[in-house]
Amino acid sequence: MLGPSVSAYLVLSVVLFVTGVIGVLLRRSPLIVLLALELMLNAGNLALIAFARHSGNTAGQIFALVVMVVAAAEVVVGLGLIVAMSRRRVELDVDKLSSLKG
Amino acid sequence: MSLLVASTAGEVIVWIVWVLAGLALLVSGFAVVLFSNPFYSALALIGNLGSLAVLYLLLSAEFVAAAQVLVYAGAVMVMFLFVIAYIGERADEPFAGRRSLARVAAVVAGVALLVEIIVVIVQDAGGRLSTQAEISGAFGSPRQIGTLFLTDHLLAFEVTSIILLVGAVGGVVLGSGARRRMDDNDEEGGASAVQQPAPPEAA
Repeated sequence: MLGPSVSAYLVLSVVLFVTGVIGVLLRRSPLIVLLALELMLNAGNLALIAFARHSGNTAGQIFALVVMVVAAAEVVVGLGLIVAMSRRRVELDVDKLSSLKG
Repeated sequence: MSLLVASTAGEVIVWIVWVLAGLALLVSGFAVVLFSNPFYSALALIGNLGSLAVLYLLLSAEFVAAAQVLVYAGAVMVMFLFVIAYIGERADEPFAGRRSLARVAAVVAGVALLVEIIVVIVQDAGGRLSTQAEISGAFGSPRQIGTLFLTDHLLAFEVTSIILLVGAVGGVVLGSGARRRMDDNDEEGGASAVQQPAPPEAA
């Protein structure tokens, strides 16, 4: 293959994934938490496609496409929740959404 | 000789494109997390998805790259931007308000994950990362993807349609249900609160 080997792509994917993890854990706006979740899903997709190219098996690309569909459905439900929260005048702060805490 | 020159030139071009796309990927990824305004974060994520599509092309996944640009950078991000415009831009201090213990624990967890996986990659995962399979020109073409989806991975294909249906129904229920309850509260005032006990957060 021309260009870098699968290890280089995996390092990129790991750094992107950890960026997403830190975003999910540190940010308080649910919108940015959703955006950081997208980063993590895309890092997983990059690793899947790098491994698909590495092993010469297209199944990894199929898996990545399915992940994209799941991410789209997840975004629809997550954004629906955020819109419902905003309509009920709930403050958009994940730290303050603790009604279900025992 | 000319073949050798051509292949080295191709190698150099691929490396340049890879470095540029990788840098854009990481910078836009950090920007998504660091911007205080969700609108800018969403725009940075569009750049992130675009540079990912370039990397997918380098990995000869043409169809996935096209789907990435169309579905993700197009449809999903438009929805994000609509919602951000609808609820208004509310900038918050990126890392304010969290207890310092939670903040430190989050960074430690992230860095530990990073170090663990990089150690595994550097150790070459038991030698499995060094040998690369040869692929034909049809690898990752729409034709091959479509054939696989309709033969080997038919179940995943069908389950995908159910997930999309559930997602669409869920989005409509969450969106319109909230509006109906709010209209009730606005029109009937206290009466509706007696008939159907509203959660304490409701206005």
